[in-house]
Amino acid sequence: MTTPSSVQGGNPVQERRETFSSRKLFILSAIGSAVGLGNIWRFPYIAYDNGGGAFLIPYLAALLSAGIPLLFLDYAIGHKFRGSAPLAYRRLHRGAEVLGWWQVLVCFIIAIYYAVIIAWAAMYTWFSVTKAWGDDAAGFLMGEFLQVADVPGVKLEYVPGIFWPLLVVWLVIIVIMVAGVRRGISRANGIFLPLLVVMFVLLVVQSLFLPGAIDGLNAFFTPNWEALGDPGVWAAAYGHIFFSLSVAFGIMVTYSSYLKRKTDLTGSGMVVAFANSGFEILAGIGVFAALGFMAQAAGSAIDEVATAGVGLAFIAFPTIVSEAPFGALMGVLFFGSLVFAGMTSLISILEVIVAAVQDKTGWGRVASAVSVCVPVALISIVLFPTVTGLYLLDTFDAFVNSFGILAGALVAVVLISWVFRKLPLLSKHLNRTSTVKMRRTWMVLVGVVAPLALAYMLYNEFVTKITEPYEGYPVEFLAIYGWGMAGALVVVAVILTLVPWSRKSKVDDPEYAAIAADEDEEKVS
Amino acid sequence: MTPIAITMLVIALLTIWGGLALSLVNLSRHPEDEGQLPEDIAPEL
Repeated sequence: MTTPSSVQGGNPVQERRETFSSRKLFILSAIGSAVGLGNIWRFPYIAYDNGGGAFLIPYLAALLSAGIPLLFLDYAIGHKFRGSAPLAYRRLHRGAEVLGWWQVLVCFIIAIYYAVIIAWAAMYTWFSVTKAWGDDAAGFLMGEFLQVADVPGVKLEYVPGIFWPLLVVWLVIIVIMVAGVRRGISRANGIFLPLLVVMFVLLVVQSLFLPGAIDGLNAFFTPNWEALGDPGVWAAAYGHIFFSLSVAFGIMVTYSSYLKRKTDLTGSGMVVAFANSGFEILAGIGVFAALGFMAQAAGSAIDEVATAGVGLAFIAFPTIVSEAPFGALMGVLFFGSLVFAGMTSLISILEVIVAAVQDKTGWGRVASAVSVCVPVALISIVLFPTVTGLYLLDTFDAFVNSFGILAGALVAVVLISWVFRKLPLLSKHLNRTSTVKMRRTWMVLVGVVAPLALAYMLYNEFVTKITEPYEGYPVEFLAIYGWGMAGALVVVAVILTLVPWSRKSKVDDPEYAAIAADEDEEKVS
Repeated sequence: MTPIAITMLVIALLTIWGGLALSLVNLSRHPEDEGQLPEDIAPEL
């Protein structure tokens, strides 16, 4: 909790910046943020589809050459400049504030649809007990549960079975966010993350005992070495690592701004990065063991049942739950894991927005959290528990990932490395208190390797999405909610940058000024 | 499981979980600065 501090001079009384009470809680929260739905429902299929066991090589290369270096870039910015994304970027360079707002807006878009998936998973935790889907999980999902309209669009026709759980999800999240970094975020992660790990380990153990599990593991780990010659496989590895570690959209900048001054940034970051990957490998084992069982039960091959995303979680898994011994338990463990993994990530996504508003306005925690979370929740509740919610969710997700996160990351690394030339300064900051030193190699990885990988991925995304309409959705729908939404993020980011900082804001925070002066002195001595 | 699948499973676990173990060992060798320890930790943690 924040404690008011008396401030010298004529400035209004400001609250001290909150901090994580220990390094352990920061690491737990950062892992909670990084481990999300993607680790469970995306990684297993990506690895299987891109060379199986051989995928490990591009995966590790991407982790070490781009994922971890970019993670440290975020840590360095957040920790050195001690602010939310807009404030930290502004302190890095006056012209960089807009990058921070762009990241805040990306988080806004993700938050409004991410909560909906948590609500679905919460409902499916209960459905696992009743086996509500009967023999037709796909038909149940699209028909009875989501009641998906035939044509993509935005209709305000509500589905009560999603509306109410979504409302509950938002209420829980709002309580956590209002409580702040120590009482809310730290505690929620301290409870949800261990729960997630225990539930997921139990799920993996249960999956391994299913008949056919070995076939699934064979499919997952057998290497296809030829895949290594395919640039698409390497792009998939970089793309996955990039999204998996939650880098470059403000989360890690915000979380590291709550770290105490003398913290081992890189040492902590290594734990976060490897814990995230460790969880993914576990997910791969659990998911493919279960898919092996599903294939055997259906008398089909693994490649016929292997899938990712909504199809894996809400169609394949319910089918497995119906057929497996102790299926109800398996369903509760799987969907419960999705709920907890999603909650800890959503908290971090919202914190980016709350922190930005708190810094720019100078409002207290409660006022900032309420004024951010309530409108975000309302927009989420108005747009998504509807018959067209799935189309909107899918489109927002596809376009914000490519033209929000990827594009934003590319612009940010290029500007920071080559225009503002701040990498030497940030490298010095990382090395000031960290055990794993980041020097010239890190600068080359952030300044050269990461931009090249990001540019290649962005180019691919652009070509794919411009050549044919995404998922065959109507062009006007994509023009507004895909391309239009992604473009609007940049425009609104510019507008928010032009809004002057309030007199009470953190822009001239004496606490930061004192720290910056201290660090300058250290350098001189 | 086939020998090659088992080999890749073992390599994956060794590199990634091994990396996690090493980074945890590295971190535990460098405890937090005593002067920076918190005054009020949330009770259930």
